[in-house]
Amino acid sequence: MERLEVRWHGRGGQGAVTAAVLVAEAAIIDGKYAQAYPEFGAERRGAPVVAYSRFSDSPILTRSPILNPDVVVVLDTSIDKSIYTNGLKEGGTIILNSSKDNSEILSTFSGVKAKIAKVNATKIALDTLGSAIVNTAMVGAFVKMFSVASLDSLNEAILETFSKKVAERNIEAVKRAYGEVEIVN
Amino acid sequence: MSKALLGWRELKPGGIIEEPGNSSKRLTGDWRTFKPVINQDKCTRCLRCWIVCPEPAISVVDKQYSWPNGRSWKFTVEVNYDYCKGCGMCVEECEPKAIDWVEEVK
Amino acid sequence: MEELTKVEWVRLPLSTNYAVAYAAKDADIDIVSAYPITPQTTVVEKLSEFIANGELKAQMIHVESEHSALSAAIGASAMGARAFTATASQGLELMHEVLHIASGLRLPIVMSVAARALSAPISIWGDYTDLMNTRDTSWVVLIAGSAQEAYDSVLQAYKIAEDSRVLLPVMVGYDGFLMSHTYEPVSVLANSGAALRYIPKKVTWATLNPERPITVGAMANPDWYYEIKYQQVEAMKAAYEVVKEADAEYGRTFGRSYGIIEETDTDGSDLNVLTYGGIYGTLLESSEIIRKNGIKAGFARLRLFRPFPYEEVLKLAEKSSALVVLDRAITYGMPIAGPLAREVISVLYSHGINIPVYNFIVGIGQRSFTENDALKVVSASFEMLKRGQKIDESIYWGVRE
Repeated sequence: MERLEVRWHGRGGQGAVTAAVLVAEAAIIDGKYAQAYPEFGAERRGAPVVAYSRFSDSPILTRSPILNPDVVVVLDTSIDKSIYTNGLKEGGTIILNSSKDNSEILSTFSGVKAKIAKVNATKIALDTLGSAIVNTAMVGAFVKMFSVASLDSLNEAILETFSKKVAERNIEAVKRAYGEVEIVN
Repeated sequence: MSKALLGWRELKPGGIIEEPGNSSKRLTGDWRTFKPVINQDKCTRCLRCWIVCPEPAISVVDKQYSWPNGRSWKFTVEVNYDYCKGCGMCVEECEPKAIDWVEEVK
Repeated sequence: MEELTKVEWVRLPLSTNYAVAYAAKDADIDIVSAYPITPQTTVVEKLSEFIANGELKAQMIHVESEHSALSAAIGASAMGARAFTATASQGLELMHEVLHIASGLRLPIVMSVAARALSAPISIWGDYTDLMNTRDTSWVVLIAGSAQEAYDSVLQAYKIAEDSRVLLPVMVGYDGFLMSHTYEPVSVLANSGAALRYIPKKVTWATLNPERPITVGAMANPDWYYEIKYQQVEAMKAAYEVVKEADAEYGRTFGRSYGIIEETDTDGSDLNVLTYGGIYGTLLESSEIIRKNGIKAGFARLRLFRPFPYEEVLKLAEKSSALVVLDRAITYGMPIAGPLAREVISVLYSHGINIPVYNFIVGIGQRSFTENDALKVVSASFEMLKRGQKIDESIYWGVRE
């Protein structure tokens, strides 16, 4: 695997940092190299949050922020588009939490040279968890698009992170998003 | 001091003192300019001086003593002049004024 | 029993903070006393989890400040306990006077420091100002460059601290956030028994014991103080050797060792870059673009700041045309303001080595430092070297005019 650099954008309370960490943990459990870290501010619920993750078959040494990601995962599209598309590699991928029609999405991103995927993570989260914490659904969508980690390892990482009951619901969220994510363009 | 002091090699690391209670080797009695002298005939053996002495340099001595009026005590209260620094707290606190404050003549 | 001490590894996704907590657990610490402070907090959170779920049998002492955290560790260590604490930034500053007491009493406490900037203005982000302020406290200071090395260094720290030739506290520093909160693969021992073969629990220092009373922390008048402090000078000299021995034995026991200075491509280079902490990884990944720009740069990272590894620095200097020293802290009021650069220059001067030392201040308050910054820093230094130019003031990289 060539190195894959991912930036996660969300708001405080949506679990963007946990999402980045979960996938990295799963990749490491699979025996790969991965790195995940938050761009910490003083955490406040609702404030924009950025987290980073890198995946590779060989050791990752750098600790610089990801300025030119291969992928951006957007947990909350109310964040200004210019923030999360900033520096995205040409031909990179944007994974959106969105319930919008493809045509509407395409017109919003008309000038952006990127592959776009969408998943209605908010609905999945409400269905499975009963709250709009969309991180694990976005993780499911991301892993479907980029097989950096196996679902088994992801489930293991989720079970390590949450209590059993909460973990099972999150595993369900991953599974649903994995099945429901669709490519827009 | 005439005795050679220990060098860094001989000292215990961290300045620990391995001999317990060796502060008694330092006789603080030579700090005095005045000294307390207990009048056994006035002393009621209340031991207030024993309580307040910070050193402590007040000793209860197992020694029979009789007042001129015939009252007899099983012990005396005395000052240990090896350690008494002459602070005068016992003199100040003595209710029956049984401790005299006497200039030290050396 | 053989099973319990067998060297087997489990590869886990851990942040450096968690890696440190795993190491403290595997060192079978007896007490941990700490006060929460970003970005250290998850170290002791993890340790309290270990204690709660029975994986670690230790006393967790909740205190009201970092001053008390280290004081409690001192008390426990003076009783013969294997003591651990962790802190950062303002917390490390608040315990500053107690740092001197821990080392002055020669207690082998180990502390992790998730290095962070200092207020004011308030910054919770990483740099090395807090750790560099401990320079004169007579603690052995190790600085790790990865979560794995932080794990290994905490185990080595007990080996060094408890060596009867040393008996000094040891600090294990690493980048706040850039390492403390970064998850990466770490191999930890499958069972603590293997760690304890490397660091057997044996009390090598004088302890408080009612059966054999001693006085700890007595006053020393001018007749005595100097000799007791000079003992620390000698202990630091011994520590320099013991740090190497501990690392070598770790290598023999566990198959991983680091040396005092980690180097890449430093032989036959145009110039060499010297730094500490996690920024080294970014430098290594910049080597390709630097090479493409026609410069042969070598990279070196100190993992020991106190005692200062002057022999290794001299060896590096002897094969370097110039040294580029990257510092993540500022010594205010000195023209050359990087703490590491100042030590390097002092070592070079006293050995008559007169190569250019280009000191760059970077990553202050976690100002980002990328591979592209590394390229620019190295290119700028190489241009100065070609012109035969030296500098008499640090370069404050990236500061806005």
